[in-house]
Amino acid sequence: MKKFLLFLLAASMLLSLAACSGGSDGGSTATPPANSGDTGNPATPDPIPPVDAEGGTFKIGGTGPLTGGAAIYGQAARNGAQIAVDELNALVGATLFELNYQDDEHDAEKAVNAYNTLKDWGMQISLGSVTSTPGVATSVENFADRIFAITPSGSAVSVTEGKDNVFQMCFADPNQGTASAQYIVDQALGTKIAVIYKNDDVYSTGIYDTFKSKAAELGLEIVSTTTFTEDSQQDFSVQLTDAKDKGADLIFLPMYYTPASLIFQQAKSMDYSPKYFGVDGMDGILTLEGFDASLAEGVMLLTPFNADSSDANTVSFVDKYKAAHGDVPNQFAADGYDCVYAIYEAIQKGGATADMSVSQINDILVAQFTSMSFNGLTGENMTWAANGQVSKAPKGMVIENGAYLGMD
Amino acid sequence: MRTTQKRNTWFTYALVIAAFAITQGFVQSGNITSTLKGQLVPICAYVVMAVSLNLTVGVLGELSLGHAGFMSVGAFSGVVACMSLADAIPSEPIRLVVGIVIGAVCAGLAGVLVGIPVLRLNGDYLAIVTLAFGEIIKNLINCLSVGVDARGLHFSFLSNASALNLGEGGKIIINGPMGISGIPKLSTFTAGFILILVTLFIVMNLVNSRAGRAIMALRDNRIAAESVGIPITKYKLMAFVTSAALAGAAGTLYALNFSTIVASKFNFNTSILILVYVVLGGLGNIWGSVVAATVLTILPEMLRGFNDYRMLLYAIVLILVMLATNNVRIRNTFHTLRGRFKKTSKEGASDEQ
Repeated sequence: MKKFLLFLLAASMLLSLAACSGGSDGGSTATPPANSGDTGNPATPDPIPPVDAEGGTFKIGGTGPLTGGAAIYGQAARNGAQIAVDELNALVGATLFELNYQDDEHDAEKAVNAYNTLKDWGMQISLGSVTSTPGVATSVENFADRIFAITPSGSAVSVTEGKDNVFQMCFADPNQGTASAQYIVDQALGTKIAVIYKNDDVYSTGIYDTFKSKAAELGLEIVSTTTFTEDSQQDFSVQLTDAKDKGADLIFLPMYYTPASLIFQQAKSMDYSPKYFGVDGMDGILTLEGFDASLAEGVMLLTPFNADSSDANTVSFVDKYKAAHGDVPNQFAADGYDCVYAIYEAIQKGGATADMSVSQINDILVAQFTSMSFNGLTGENMTWAANGQVSKAPKGMVIENGAYLGMD
Repeated sequence: MRTTQKRNTWFTYALVIAAFAITQGFVQSGNITSTLKGQLVPICAYVVMAVSLNLTVGVLGELSLGHAGFMSVGAFSGVVACMSLADAIPSEPIRLVVGIVIGAVCAGLAGVLVGIPVLRLNGDYLAIVTLAFGEIIKNLINCLSVGVDARGLHFSFLSNASALNLGEGGKIIINGPMGISGIPKLSTFTAGFILILVTLFIVMNLVNSRAGRAIMALRDNRIAAESVGIPITKYKLMAFVTSAALAGAAGTLYALNFSTIVASKFNFNTSILILVYVVLGGLGNIWGSVVAATVLTILPEMLRGFNDYRMLLYAIVLILVMLATNNVRIRNTFHTLRGRFKKTSKEGASDEQ
């Protein structure tokens, strides 16, 4: 009995605490997601004519890691999507879209909770999950509930596999692996390849597996393959020594940029300067805090998005993002932005209105996505196959003088 | 003493059954939010985890920091069983039961393997070894690939799934670090509820048995217990393995509720989370574990309104609750209250006579 009463007490304390923070929270939120975009700027370089917003507001929901180790991806995708939503609302002159991003802490269980929270909120269209493992869990729910989903960056194949209403804006992992191998051979970038990958990570392993088989097919010689895990991503001297001893002239790094930055640093301190080739996770390395950008000089990467592009849409997006969040948007932000525009275009072409049922909207969007061709920041003439995977051309980039530069 | 124990036992069952009945009522009438509905099975799994860990930490008195390791063994073995038996057993509830039993047996075996060397240690040493064990399990499963085809199960270790040599129509179940995806959703709230009842039955009967008294004697004074002839290793192992097997069952239930699981989910943090449930609910207090696991699973979702400050608030709430439950003054107040309550109820009882 004693403990039970204690619990009641604790619960009441919690409530009072919650009330206090609720009051202060409303006034001084550090990152207000709702008014982050620059709604006052009507100069949208968007060729699509506005749709009639008579039908009401579409509720778009998404889950992503807004806190924790992977937060940078979730926040970027959310901010990018928010800018697109604000632009479109300004273009239409009414609240056409309402965006709600919930935190999933890069965890499948939390992602399903977040998804259910969004369902309670009345989500009609979903942006899936930002990262792969949560994406696999939420896409099953999307499929069961018939809520259309397009994930900005959940790149594992199993996110879309077997679900007719789940689409990807980013490359699926296997496509990145094959594209990278093909690119290295086509451009004759290296002959002896070393690979360092993170073997407890879906993204990294997925790319490595297909890279390896494509390399074997193309006759590309992999001389050294070494791995690391979440717990051992501080020290890469063993991996680098192995690559150096075997005379590798190019190191393929299918990983996110945080471990990559350490690799560059440690390779430099051991006087080893091979070429580096990364994938889309490498994008963003130049904005990493405390990173000496000169270390990344000459690093090549395959990414669909280039923040330094002179394309009018990209320039406008980057400016708005900088104004609202103070840093250069990475590929995740651009993917989030493109997702919202792709949904907008599909709604417009398919004639969907917000008062339709969720499954009606779902059917219209599925029909549109499998037939339309979309131009966005992350690629031109993107099309989607019935399995949900996107087809677009990867752009080879090289870092020169602290900026990304197109390679071809 | 015995009557208090009995009262506690019945109270625990009544609490769980009442909670189930009320929730089920809400579910049937459709008055439940999707958020809560989606959490019902994980709550059941965490309750079983907390109750089983309470057996090791509260009743046996040994600090185990690797409980998620057993959960992970149960989750992966149970799911492999369920997925490979998909054709052999078409009935979903039976497949779920088979999966849970297999998960429990595998986790129990892991418990024996770990328990034999580990339980010769005491206190801090044991805690550290169980911690290491949890990490080992996580890393082993990260390197494991399992596939199934017409010829049966294929295993491969330290290489990727292509080394499985699967025949025609074969499918990969565990794909190294990518874990399992495409898990059929077999777990139901009712199944979770039944598993909680079974767990409570096992744990409370064990605690109230001859063996349970021996286990508690070990906890209270190992040397005295040994001197009266209680075989230490046997009883320690009994509690530890029971606890591991129940964690395995919980793991299977948990995994069969989500379409994907990865080994890194069952890391040190998850072990600590379960330990928090146990400590918050009170060491050795079974229904305390049930309540704490439920409340602390729902709490982070209730705090969603605070966006980025959510987990910070969660931590603050935890600290406050821990402080409050350990504050001498608050405890004394409740003791007095309880004394008065007892007095009045006694008077009431004598009136009835």
